[in-house]
Amino acid sequence: MALSASKLSVGDTHEELVVNDLTRTQIVQYAGASGDYNPIHSDEIFATKVAGYPTVFAHGMLTMGLTGTMLTNYVGDGRLTKFGVRFASQVWPGDTLTARATVEALREEDGQHLVDLTISTVNQDGKEVVKGSATARIDP
Amino acid sequence: MAKTFPVEASHILMFARAVGDANPVYSDAEYAAKSEAGGIIAPPTFAQASAQFDPDYGLRPKIGQPWFGSGRNPSGLQRAEKTESKGESKSKSSGGGGSGAAAGGLHAEQHFEYHRHLRPGDVLTAETKRGRTWEKEGRRAGKLVFSESVTEYRDQDGELVITARGVGVRTERVIENG
Repeated sequence: MALSASKLSVGDTHEELVVNDLTRTQIVQYAGASGDYNPIHSDEIFATKVAGYPTVFAHGMLTMGLTGTMLTNYVGDGRLTKFGVRFASQVWPGDTLTARATVEALREEDGQHLVDLTISTVNQDGKEVVKGSATARIDP
Repeated sequence: MAKTFPVEASHILMFARAVGDANPVYSDAEYAAKSEAGGIIAPPTFAQASAQFDPDYGLRPKIGQPWFGSGRNPSGLQRAEKTESKGESKSKSSGGGGSGAAAGGLHAEQHFEYHRHLRPGDVLTAETKRGRTWEKEGRRAGKLVFSESVTEYRDQDGELVITARGVGVRTERVIENG
């Protein structure tokens, strides 16, 4: 299940649809699980009348979490050593997101094989919402 | 964060559900024991849920205190108070998950370094240090003020398990998808 250095090449990609038609309920679910109850993510009245947004929007960390699902499905459980993202654009209810990892480099550090990945998550219009990188331990 | 962050299996289950992750390594102890992980582990962004255990976290309603979300009115706070509370919740939230989008502030970046993966039974303590702050002129949102914080999560044996670096940004104007 784990990735092997011998079977990977720079430029290889892995892509997954990580959410289809994001619901407000899933945003609420994330608020409950993470503890971030900022009403901007779940309270339509506050988000529109007080904060001035067109509607509520997902926590950046929900988008990172969704992206992480693709990542751990690809590299295997407990294999990540680094995972970082920049939030490029907001994610709104109704969005459908696809997350992609691309092999950037294969290297060895103290005898441990590692893969460096670049990460990009896009919405249904192809607009990038998350841009990032990750490193994982892989088999020889 | 003054209080400790106990990592519990039920919390991991709820968190995995919320991020749409059906991997049984987050919920099925029997499956997880036979997997490479050797037992249930937490998903890679789980450390963010440390906010639950931060007594001062500004983005959680507190018993007996007014909340800035809607109730009878669009916001439970008056305008003047709201501005003040925004600043307060911002500074306090950065002590929680290392970041967090406070009202008026947005989460710009988040980075995790895993020294090992979290397991149920771990009891973490987090120490957050303020990092750099910098400004940038944005096309859509006017002046952008970025601030960084670094949180080190240590386990019950004092071992460093996760280093989290968050960057928050405060904007002059509301950003809409352009």
